[in-house]
Parts: sequence; structure tokens; C-alpha cells
Amino acid sequence: MHFVVCIKQVPDTMDISINPETNTLQRDGVASIINPFDMYAIEEAIRLREKMGGQVTALSMGPPQAVSALREAIAMGADNAVLISDRSFIGSDTWATSYTLAMAIRKLGDYSLILCGKQAADGDTAQVGPGIAGHLDLPQITYVRKIEKLTPDLIVAERMLEEGVEVLEGKLPCVLTVVKEINKPRLPSLKDIMTSRKAHITQWQACDLDCDAKKLGLDGSLTKVVKIFSPPARGNGEILTGEDNQTIRYLVDKIKATIIEAAL
Amino acid sequence: MDPICIVKHRCVGCGLCKKACPFAALSLQEGLAHVDVEKCNLCGACLEVCQYDAIEIRNAPGALEDFSDYRGVWIFAEQKNGIIQTIAYELLGEGRKLADTLEMPLCAVLIGHEIQGQIAALISRGADRIYLIDRPELAYFQDEPYAKVLCELVYRHKPAILLYGATSIGRSLAPRVAVAVNAGLTADCTGLSIIPETGNLLQTRPTFGGNIMASIISSDNRPQMATVRHKVMKEADVVEGRDGEVVVEQIADALLRSRTRRLRFEAEEETTMNIAEANIIVSGGRGLQKPENFKLIRDLAKVLGAGVGSSRAAVDAGWIPYSHQVGQTGKTVCPKIYFACGISGQIQHLAGMSSSDLIIAINKDKDAPIFKVANYGLIGDLFIILPLLTQEFKKILNK
Repeated sequence: MHFVVCIKQVPDTMDISINPETNTLQRDGVASIINPFDMYAIEEAIRLREKMGGQVTALSMGPPQAVSALREAIAMGADNAVLISDRSFIGSDTWATSYTLAMAIRKLGDYSLILCGKQAADGDTAQVGPGIAGHLDLPQITYVRKIEKLTPDLIVAERMLEEGVEVLEGKLPCVLTVVKEINKPRLPSLKDIMTSRKAHITQWQACDLDCDAKKLGLDGSLTKVVKIFSPPARGNGEILTGEDNQTIRYLVDKIKATIIEAAL
Repeated sequence: MDPICIVKHRCVGCGLCKKACPFAALSLQEGLAHVDVEKCNLCGACLEVCQYDAIEIRNAPGALEDFSDYRGVWIFAEQKNGIIQTIAYELLGEGRKLADTLEMPLCAVLIGHEIQGQIAALISRGADRIYLIDRPELAYFQDEPYAKVLCELVYRHKPAILLYGATSIGRSLAPRVAVAVNAGLTADCTGLSIIPETGNLLQTRPTFGGNIMASIISSDNRPQMATVRHKVMKEADVVEGRDGEVVVEQIADALLRSRTRRLRFEAEEETTMNIAEANIIVSGGRGLQKPENFKLIRDLAKVLGAGVGSSRAAVDAGWIPYSHQVGQTGKTVCPKIYFACGISGQIQHLAGMSSSDLIIAINKDKDAPIFKVANYGLIGDLFIILPLLTQEFKKILNK
């Protein structure tokens, strides 16, 4: 079976902060990592291959430096890696991104299962996974926390909904988006990391994908960012110290009205 | 051609654009502004500050289409087990404002089976028209047929705006519809308004873990689609005696085919409220020291009628199921009141809760970052404080 994992390189949000003077994001020197949710997707694909046989292809769309994310996926155990990178992809929103990834997946052909993280840590949209399914006209199972069964043409998976777990059966090929609960990603060995540095990464540009240029990048994006601003600053909070009745009562008095309104 | 470029003969190298860029995409090279297009998000912050018109952002060729036959503000009325979810009422509350501004009808799309009983609730909350699709195949949400049905309705009736809740269902469904009908879609909006000059929908959402806000439009396509976060918009009030029209839609069998099917549903064992919908959330973290101590959190939550949340640390330690995790790899919540008890406030946790209206933090470490976002911070021992709080609120709320 062929497992395709879509991954995104994102800035490590641990390091992101707002410069209080200029009110801008400080991203200089911020490390790039594989989007945390995508790590679970990579791990799951590798586990499935170990059980079922076949191959894992890691696929990423991004700037040339996203190669390092793909090398990390190879170090974890992916068999192949493909970077799709082209200046014409710049400015892609989720519609254009999912279209571009879908065209690359179509070029790979013979895929059984496409795995994505639930969402990316920078944009938080969760739209690209279902978008790929839409562009390729495939079934989808989102928020997967467990794969109960997989055969060459059928999957049974548990999807997390707000108030419980829905167990779904789906026909392959199928797109999955996975949540953290599904597994614990492995740490690659030093040897695997060394080997991955020399691994071949396939690189495709727009002209390698049989696609409609009008649907790429800025031209293919149906949403436009018109303004970026800092969220309203939270006022300086009131800090109290102590565990005595008096302090607690003071706090309770302060928040009582809001609590009563919200608890009704 | 790159979507953004510096007009070199106009640039004087003043550096204002570099300062204004939220993404550190601009720098000064050999005395002139230089843009790293890979980092640029095309937000236009630099354009606003440049005094010399030295930056050009190429706009996508605007479709000069006539959208006048796209009318109506639609909401997807999410139902589960035949019951309308409260998010639908929040969407009706917000949708009403947009519909009135645009002088268009407010419509709800209700998809399910044997759900006629829910129509009255939607009308009393402001829906002028209900599109009803009632088929046994649609009793439970399944991505494919629900998306196909919505697409079909969009083709038939051409709404100007289509809103969904940013729920698990809404966030699975909306992108599929967007791709199929060629519509722009903005995720997880916390603000919606109509731009007076153009009548376009201005959609505002937090991004980069809540560190910045982005305002987004999709002016060249219809419908303009957005998913909207829970508990941000106010529920529409019930007005008895309102009139509304019900349009029963016939759907071809072919559109109802699904390649997935529900085998079974397992309700969450923990009998606490779904935290995405809770008005109040009481969350516990590593400071609780052991799983049994979550009882302190549950006790307070019970008295307040609150949902129980947790930090990643407590979930990773196996103290509480993942479905309770708040933060970047868990859920994003914005309740009216958020209690963070024994949670230090790593940036990943803050990303999931910092938009809550009122934040109360209890921690024994006075330097815990959670105090920076708290409206009220209480430095002290939660094992003493929590039972006292529970006791006090019991008194107040029982009266």
C-alpha cells in the first residue's frame, strides 16, 4: 500500500513572541519545525507500512528550506520525499494549497491513504486536509484518534467529535486528518538522521504538475488578507497573594456577578 | 512575477516598512528595502506606512463579475441526534446583523432526518427561510453527502454569505464545500462585519496561536464562507410569533451516496460538558500533582456548571482524557470565564484559551506566565484555595 503524508514546515511557536515596542511578531532566528500534528501523521503512516507493507511518501509544499522537514520524515522512516516548490505558489491560501497538493498526489498515483495532521500550528485552519479530499473527490475521515482496521480497500477509524467518538468505515483511497491521541511519534536514531542527510528528495515545480496555473498561488487564492493587527492587549490583571478566607472572599466578590450570569 | 515588489527608484531606505512588517519579511539591503517573498503574507502593513509609494502588491486579477444575483445570508444549522446545536443560534444572532446591513433574508439550512420539530426554534431565533433536506441517509453527519447537498443548494439558490460553526463537523464540511463551489473560506472567525463601500464580508480571525489577528475578505467569489468560533457571537433571542418560510428541497439519490458510514458512536465517559460549548471552564494542570486531585477541579466545575479542561501536561501524564486538553495540540476555547489551576501557562496553552473573557489563575509560582494573561491572579496553594472557592460559590449559587 502507498501511504502519502502531507507535512508543513512551520515556525516553532515556542519561540514566537510579540515585540512590545513595535507590536510585531519576532520571528528572527526562530527555528523551523515540522508542524506538531503532522508528526503524528508521519508516525501513523510508518506504523501502517510496518504492519501492511508498502511505502510511505512524505510530501511538502513550501520554500526550498522545507527540504529539512522532509529529511526529518525520512529519518523517522519515510521511504520517499517530495518537495513541491515554486515561486508561483507564493501567496497560496488554503484553497490553492490544497489544490496544489492534490495535483502532486495525483501525479504520485497509486495512493491508498493520504494522511494529514489535524491542522497547522501557524494558520490553525484545518482546511487543507478536507480540501485535498475535495479536489481529488475522495472520502475523508477527520480528527482520527485510532485506526481500528485497515485492509487494501477498507478502513475503520475512530473520529473524535465534541461529545464522543464516532467509529467510521471508509472506502480506500481515503484522506485522514489525525489528532495527537493517535500515537507517540518516534525519535529517529542518530544513524537514521545521518543517512537522511544524503537521501534523495524529489523536487517538483509547477510545470511538473499537470495543473491549471490560474489556480496556483495568489491567483488561485480566493481569500485575501487585508489587515494584520495585534489582538487587544489584556489589561494588567490584579494579583492577589494568600490562601486565607479574606482573600478568597475578595476574589469571589469581584467575579461573582460574571459567574452568576455565566452559570445561568 | 512576484506578488510583492519594491520600486527601487522610489525607495529611500527609510526602514519604516521593515518596522511595520509583522512577519520580518522586510530588511534593508544596500540601503534599499528588500522583501523576502517566502516570509511575506501580503498583509499590506508595509504599504500603509511607506511614504514614497515604493512598495507594490499585485492584486489577483479581480473578477469583475456581477454578484447581484447572489442574495441571502445563510447559516448551516448543525444538528446532532435531531437536536439543533447552540452554535446555530449564535450564527443566527450574528447572521441577523449581516442580513439587515445587506437588506437580504437570513436563511438556515437544516439537513437531517425527521427534524421538522426543530424548524420552529430556527424561525423563532430569526431565520426568515429554512431550506429543509430530510432524508434517512442524512440522519447523521457524513462528510460527502452533506457537502454534496450544500453544494447543490448553493448552485440552486446562490447565497451571498454562508456561515458554519467552527465545530468538528463545520470544520470538516466547509472546506469540502469551498473547494467544490469555488468559494473563499476563512476558518475560526471571531469577528464578522460588512464593508460599507463594497458590501463584502470582512472576516477577522486569530492566527499564529492567537498572537496576531488577521482580517480577510473573499471579494471575487460567492458565496463568502466562514466558520465561526463557539461562544464569540451572541445567541439570537427567541421572538415568539415570528414568521418564517420553509422550503423543502428534493435531492437526487446520487448526491446522497457516501463512501464512509457510521458503524457506532461511543459517548465520552466522563460526564462533563463539552468544553467548546461551556460558558465556564475550570482547568487543572501539573500543579494538581496526581490524578485523584482532579476531583478538586471537578467539584468546583460541578458547582459552577462548568466544563473541565486541562493542560497538556496533565493529559500526557494520563490524568484525564485528551478530549479535555486545552491548547495548541488540544482544543481552542473562549468561554466567559476560564479558571487555570496549577497551570503554568506555556505559550501553547495560552494559544488555546487567551481569548477567554475573564481569566482567573491560581498558582503557587508567582512568576508563572499564566499570570500575564490573567484578569485575577491568586498566588497560593490550590489545595487550600480550590475547596474554599467551591464552598463560597456553592453558597452564592444556591441562594
